[in-house]
Amino acid sequence: MSELVLPVLSLIVFIPIVAAVIILFLNGEQRDLVRGVAVAAALAVMLLSLAVYVGYNAQVAEVTVNQDALLASGSPMAATQMFAEGLAYEEHYEWVPSLGIGYHVGVDGLSAPMVLLTGMVALAGVLVSWRIDDRTREFMAFFLLLVAGVFGVFVSLDMFTLFFFYELAIFPMYLLIATWGWVELRQYASMKLTLYILVGSVVALVGVIAMVLVADGFFRTAEGAAVLQQAIAAGIVSPGSTSFSFDMVNLTLAAEAGAFDVPGYGGVETLTFARLWFPFIFIGFGVLAGVFPFHNWSPDGHVAAPTAVSMIHAGVLMKLGAYAALRAGVQLLPEGAQVHLPWIVFLTLINVVYGAFIAFRQRDFKYVIGFSSVSHMGLVSMGFATMNVIGMTGAGLQMFSHGAMTALFFGCVGMVYDQAHTRDIPSLGGFIKRMPWVGLAFVIGGLTSMGMPGLSGFIAEYPIFTGMWAASEQITLQAGGLVLSNYYSVIVVLAALGIVITAAYVLRVTGQVFLGEFNAALYPDVGDITITDRVVLVLLGSPLLILGVLPGVMAPMITSGVGPVLAILGGA
Amino acid sequence: MIDSVFGLDLLSALVVLPALAALLLLVLPQHKRLIRWVALVLGLGLAALAILAFRHYQLTDAGAGYALERSTPWFELLGASWHVGIDGISAVLVLLTGILTPLAILVSWEIEDRVNMHMALLLFFQTGLMGVFVTLDLLTFFLFWELSLVPMYFLINQWGGPGRQYASVKFMIYSLGGSLGFLLATQLVGWAVSAQLGAPSFDMVTLTETWPVLANTVGASFLGIPIETVKAFAFIGFFVAFAIKVPVWPFHTWLPDAHSEAPTAGSMLLAGAMLKLGAYGFLRLVIPLFPDVWVAEIQIPGLPATNAATLFAVLAMLGVVLGAFAAFAQNDIKRLVAYSSVNHMGFVVLGLAVAAQAWGEQFIAGGTERLQDAILATNGAVLQMFNHGLSAAGMFLLAGAIYHKTHTRDLTQYGGFWVKAPIYGGIFLFTSMASLGLPGLNGFVGEFLIVRGSWPVFTLLTALAMIGLLFTGAYILKGIRSVLHGPFNMRWRDTQLEIETREVLAIAPLLVLMLVTGVAPNWILPVINDSVTRLLGGLAG
Repeated sequence: MSELVLPVLSLIVFIPIVAAVIILFLNGEQRDLVRGVAVAAALAVMLLSLAVYVGYNAQVAEVTVNQDALLASGSPMAATQMFAEGLAYEEHYEWVPSLGIGYHVGVDGLSAPMVLLTGMVALAGVLVSWRIDDRTREFMAFFLLLVAGVFGVFVSLDMFTLFFFYELAIFPMYLLIATWGWVELRQYASMKLTLYILVGSVVALVGVIAMVLVADGFFRTAEGAAVLQQAIAAGIVSPGSTSFSFDMVNLTLAAEAGAFDVPGYGGVETLTFARLWFPFIFIGFGVLAGVFPFHNWSPDGHVAAPTAVSMIHAGVLMKLGAYAALRAGVQLLPEGAQVHLPWIVFLTLINVVYGAFIAFRQRDFKYVIGFSSVSHMGLVSMGFATMNVIGMTGAGLQMFSHGAMTALFFGCVGMVYDQAHTRDIPSLGGFIKRMPWVGLAFVIGGLTSMGMPGLSGFIAEYPIFTGMWAASEQITLQAGGLVLSNYYSVIVVLAALGIVITAAYVLRVTGQVFLGEFNAALYPDVGDITITDRVVLVLLGSPLLILGVLPGVMAPMITSGVGPVLAILGGA
Repeated sequence: MIDSVFGLDLLSALVVLPALAALLLLVLPQHKRLIRWVALVLGLGLAALAILAFRHYQLTDAGAGYALERSTPWFELLGASWHVGIDGISAVLVLLTGILTPLAILVSWEIEDRVNMHMALLLFFQTGLMGVFVTLDLLTFFLFWELSLVPMYFLINQWGGPGRQYASVKFMIYSLGGSLGFLLATQLVGWAVSAQLGAPSFDMVTLTETWPVLANTVGASFLGIPIETVKAFAFIGFFVAFAIKVPVWPFHTWLPDAHSEAPTAGSMLLAGAMLKLGAYGFLRLVIPLFPDVWVAEIQIPGLPATNAATLFAVLAMLGVVLGAFAAFAQNDIKRLVAYSSVNHMGFVVLGLAVAAQAWGEQFIAGGTERLQDAILATNGAVLQMFNHGLSAAGMFLLAGAIYHKTHTRDLTQYGGFWVKAPIYGGIFLFTSMASLGLPGLNGFVGEFLIVRGSWPVFTLLTALAMIGLLFTGAYILKGIRSVLHGPFNMRWRDTQLEIETREVLAIAPLLVLMLVTGVAPNWILPVINDSVTRLLGGLAG
């Protein structure tokens, strides 16, 4: 919708790839040159993603007004139109037209914050890896490839390109953990992580291909062809669209027209495509978001990974799962979401409470943070399960807030470990006296984590809980003869318990590691951190404060992003 | 009259500027003298703003709703806005907080370890307190309510006495436990009202108008649960959170630990200002939101029928009597002062119980013959909040002063200090008398009003609480006797015991206010009275 000279999103995706290639051609002994190129690339994409965010934020009001008008118009393809017109910085080229595959990128209110988050964490990750001396060249190259993959997923508007980048992100991740990870765990953890995520994504991929085929069948019918023609005429989908397409806008159009809700799927009277495939697609991607009981890879993976990889992994990669689950699951299979999310909410509750409880039980500093991510990501899925604007916006805010917060946490853990050479909580203590920056950053992250008002965690969690209350009366779960109604209100109260446990483990860790008495005999060399590390802490800590005090800088944007998803959910 | 500073309206400035001042202290060069002086100057500047806000209310808007009101959207998704305004009750508490902070900074001169952090936390704490007192939006109320916990936790944990770990964690866990119920209750009330209005709203003015009516609609339900049940849960959520903060007996057990382990400045602000948050919450939220709950008949087997307001008064009476007993039993000077807070805040609670009773009757029956009594008692409660702020801060300052010189809080180690420290002795005696409620000093005025107002309503309980006053006398005298009289402990023969000039300067404003309020309470009472009358009389009109 906006005219742009620079292909900003392509630059964001390809700058890291180009930089990675350049780095591979450098002399591996010239570590500072390698670092310089990596930082320059990361800084460039960080600034570009900030520009994308600010640019999109400037048009949110207009998008919202337009969405309201479309909703009021009652057009049968209002949701698709809301989605298509909410996109900005779009680029659309044909790639493999015969297979309906295109290179289609763009951002809307949901992905713009994720792009910004990735930019921030990528820069922080490069800076925090400054001290890596073992094969610096390869490390930086793989790291930048990973970043490119993550960016690619967030900006893709084509399911095939999305998968392409999704897999592109996983392989550097495997190598980074297996090569530079914590020596005692890295073989096991990297294998476990890769297998979990691959299995999940393959299941989801099969689902998406099936979805494309069903949509193809629909657009070939007379009714479907008419819908497609109408959409082309209205300028919603691209003029050259055929019935077979991986394009997300085309698939949304099919979903809104009810292509996936036709009963009799697979010869079963009551079954529809959406009902059958939603759990596979949602949970397939949800594996990466740590949905219980498929969360098991995540704490091990986080702990084994080097600091920068833990940061991008917990900070951004888990959001990638949630984001894809929302896009491919809820947005494209709304009827499935309505049928299945009411029971998936129980899984998210287990995530929230059980994750927090396990985090409380850990002795290893890094495992505490690893399990806390499981707990917090549960709140994201819980926000999705509300299927209303308040809860979904809360989920979007939580994705951003948790991303910055957990990256900050892993940064702090890494900085403590680098100096103390242990992560055993009981043997640490009083580190705030020697490392005031890290201590302060950890306290800010900890307070965010326990939902302290004035920080972004509160801004995210409060709407999720409110959304649950608001959804409670609308949602009924039927399983056989059992009818549950109004149970969301009970789930909120139980989830609030997770917040109490979170407060307990945050206080415990802060108290034992940073407060208390410092043992100067045991840790004679612990001193303050370098300037690059300070930049990392400021970069990741300031969004928590800014968003906590001024939710208006992000909340309206995310609300506009979930608008089309809700419209399609309401219309299904 | 000035009503804006640096482009911010006065009340927003009172909330935002202390936090900015705290940040400034963190980035200044680490030079202790510089930090101390800058902190003091900033604290005094903020105190001037608080006085300005009070004067503004006094001179311009008395009796006409909220003064200095401002409202801008903040978190539109939830219908929460940045809505500030003060009435007479909050004006008094804003004044108290504004005055106490620079004094606490002056007292912290003796801190040598990480001065900038210590001072910054004191200023940051002021942001939290001011925020609660000036906000008129339930979500920001909760925000600042929680925010005020953080600096206090770190002040106790990092600069406190030997038992600081235990005390700070206990303080935090108690407070967070209360906050959890509070959080869920704000969501219940906020969302039920929002559903009724069709648009999300957390505005306290709207809520206090809409919710009591909604909650009293026969047959109404929220989330499929009868409204009576929702109301009961929300009431308990609010009640427990505020009761912990006041503290109402038996929710007080965090207090002696936190108060006695906190550094002197922390104890001053904790007792002087933070406890008032709880009482303020009752007055601003629990009583207006649940008028009928307070007077609904409760049947406890084996006892005559009663109601929540009466039970609240019973807790108040127990707080007064048992708080005094416990204070009397202490041999640690800071614990003695800490329990005296339970005792004095008990009177505040008694006043609140009368207000709850009268308000409930008005709501149910449309009128009450106890209106005058309730107005008197509530006036007394608000004044007592202010008075206790002065005397508790003063007592903690004096306890800190002596602790700093002797490094013990054990009363049995003291004795005969008047000989070596005559000025300290005089000030100690004066402050103790104010705390005791000697006529002519401030404590008397507040307690008199409360007792006068509650006597016709809760006669027996008031009489029992009066017996508690006897023990108040006993523990105050015990404190005076142990510190000032008796044989001089030769251990301190070579110790400099006299109060320092800096400490005299810090307590002088408190002493002046104690005397002025005792002799001529008319500078503050009309401010309180206008708002209280409007608040309680509002339902009748």
